[in-house]
Parts: sequence; C-alpha cells; structure tokens
Amino acid sequence: MDKRHQIEVMVGAFMAVGILALFFLAMSVSNLNLNASTEGYRLTARFSNAGSLKVRAPVTMAGVRIGRVEAVGFDKATYEAIVTLRIDAGIDTIPDDTFANIFTAGLLGEQYVGLEPGGSQDYLHDGGQITNTQSALILEQMIGQFLFKKAGESG
Amino acid sequence: MRLNALARLGCTGLDALERLGRAHLLFVRSVLGIGEILRRPRLLWAQIFNVGVLSLLIVGISGLFVGMVLGLQGYYVLAQFGAEQSLGVMVATSLVRELGPVVTALLVAGRAGSSLTAEIGLMKATEQLSALEMMAVDPVRRILTPRLFGGILAMPLLAAIFSAVGVLGGYFVGVGLLGVDDGAFWSQMQAKVDFEEDILNGLIKSLAFGVIVTWVALFQGYDSVPTAAGVSSATTRSVVHAALIVLGVDFVLTALMFGG
Repeated sequence: MDKRHQIEVMVGAFMAVGILALFFLAMSVSNLNLNASTEGYRLTARFSNAGSLKVRAPVTMAGVRIGRVEAVGFDKATYEAIVTLRIDAGIDTIPDDTFANIFTAGLLGEQYVGLEPGGSQDYLHDGGQITNTQSALILEQMIGQFLFKKAGESG
Repeated sequence: MRLNALARLGCTGLDALERLGRAHLLFVRSVLGIGEILRRPRLLWAQIFNVGVLSLLIVGISGLFVGMVLGLQGYYVLAQFGAEQSLGVMVATSLVRELGPVVTALLVAGRAGSSLTAEIGLMKATEQLSALEMMAVDPVRRILTPRLFGGILAMPLLAAIFSAVGVLGGYFVGVGLLGVDDGAFWSQMQAKVDFEEDILNGLIKSLAFGVIVTWVALFQGYDSVPTAAGVSSATTRSVVHAALIVLGVDFVLTALMFGG
C-alpha cells in the first residue's frame, strides 16, 4: 500500500470514528427521536395553575411515558393554563373521564403530567379535552398553608 | 517630541487595522479558492490527515481524562444534595455544550495550529511561496485553501469524539468506581440532553472554532516576517491569539445560544 493510499484510508477511518461519535451522542446521550412530534394525537387539558410545566415534559400513565407536552398556553377569558398533550399513536384507549395531574419528579425534579384513567367506556380522540384536572403543587404555597395552620393551632 | 508619540500611537493603530484588513482579505481569498479542492480533493485529504488524524490521540486521551475528572468532581458535589443520579446529565451537558468544543479547539490550536503557522512561515522564509507564484500557481488557493477547509471539517468531528470519549470516561468513574446506578446514569442523561439545543449547538460552536483556529494559524504564517525569529514569534502569536479569540467567541456564542 503506497503512502498516498494510506493517508486516504486513515482519513476515511477518522471520518468514520467522528461520525460514529456523533451518532453515539445523538442516540445514546440525547435519545434523539426523529419525527416524534408529528406522530400520535393531541389532547388538551385546562389547569388553574400549570406550575413550571415545560414543553417536552413527559406525559405518563401508570408511571410509563405515553406522550409529551406539546404546548403550554394561556386562556385570557378564563385565566386558565391550556396544556396541549401529544399522546403516542398506539395509546388510543384513554377514557374520557381521565384525571390529569401535574406532578413533580422527586422533591426538586422537573414537573410532568400524570394521567389516571377513569372508568368510562368512551375514549378520547384527537382534539379531545380532559376536564378533570388538578393543578401543580406549589411548594411555597404548601409551606405557607402549613405555617398558617400551625399558627392557628397554637394560638 | 509630543507629536512624535502621537504619531507613533496613530501608526500602531493603523498597523493593527491594516493587519485586520489583510486577515479578512486572506480569509475571503482562501474561501473563494474552494474550486481548487473540488478539482484536487487529495490536497484536502492530506490536510484532514494532518489536523484530524494526527490530533486524534491527544484529543481522545484528553477527553477521557476530562470526563473522568468531571465524574469525580460532579459526584462529590451532587452527593451532597442526594442527586448523584444526575451525574450523567452533568457530565454530558458540560462536555457537549462547553468542554468538548473549547478544549478541543485549544488542543488543536496547540497541536495543529502551531505546526500550520510554522510550515507556512517557513515556506515563506525559504521563498517557496514566491516560487509557486513564479510558476503562475496561486499559493493561497494551492496551500491555504486545503488547510483551511481541512481544519474546518476536522474540528467538529474531533469535538464529537472528545465528548463521546468523555461521557464514557465519566461513566467509567461514576458507575464503575463510585457506584452510581447504571440505568439512572443513562436514562437521566437521555431525558435531559436535547439533540438540537445541546448537541447541535455544540457542533456549531466547534465549527466556528475550527474556522478561527485555522484562520489565525494560516494568517500568522502567511503574514510572518520571513526570518527565523519572525517565524518563531508568529508561531507563538498563532497559539496565543487563537486561544484568546476562541474563549472570547465562546462567551458570545454561549450568550446567543443559551442566554435567551
């Protein structure tokens, strides 16, 4: 193998290693999900307080992720937060009396939407709305209420 | 006497402006020479070999150690909050966003940039560049363009290798030695590291640094005083200027990408 040829082989190997590293970063480190946002169907839920819920936060049922938060908007007429959920295509049996909560993963973790299925036989379809919701727990409010209650007991 | 000092000050300022102008003109001329490497791609492979393949070892080993140090340091801080499961997120984001592009750029400036400057400075000192011109070969297109594009192409790949090896180093220390949960390390990392926001922005950064490092190295070599002392001071300036500009531009890019 002459020298020129050798250089080209080495450069080819270098390119391959570099692209492999990029692939590793994309797949293993960031778990890139191509076209994830165009699949599945949309549901909306209204919360009186969405806390610090972020776009792309997970939507879970029974602790398993079944979708992601697509948008968090504000309804200026009712002063509520409108959260748009993108549910994975395979999950098409969500009852229409499902309960949506905003939970926090761990004490300081990120917020996510947890769905608890109801008993209804009617299922939600694209564009459907979840009416039973419970707002995010705001830590400061809870501490405030706790202190207020304690003060009431002792006084 | 006072007028002389004023004149000298003005002269220095004009010199600096002139150098800046020459640097940009040289950059434009090198980029416009892109037709040359399309006609002779072999020139480009040789330069990617010089910058990329020969820097592979130092970049890989540095990445491994930086990742291992991040694993150790991050563990001790995170363990105080009971959040050692987030070690993977910490190691991966700091590598992909900052340390990968920046440290790779500094390493390449020292390893490849200095040799580019010395090579071109020596070509100028031994009048090889003038000889090329005598033969009606444009030295900018023939010598500088392949080196510029070689550096620009090699840098993002080197940064990606640095980050990937670093994540593995952090994994080895965190999971292998300190006992962080294997699944939590990877799943938290995958949940929190975003492809567009983190990895793509890191790539854009390293692409910009590739332009800066090779451009500074080429200009310092091409613009050096053609003597032994001139080439040696140009080599020093090449590394110092490249490092300073990389760190400054890194701040600006970080503010643009993650500040909003």
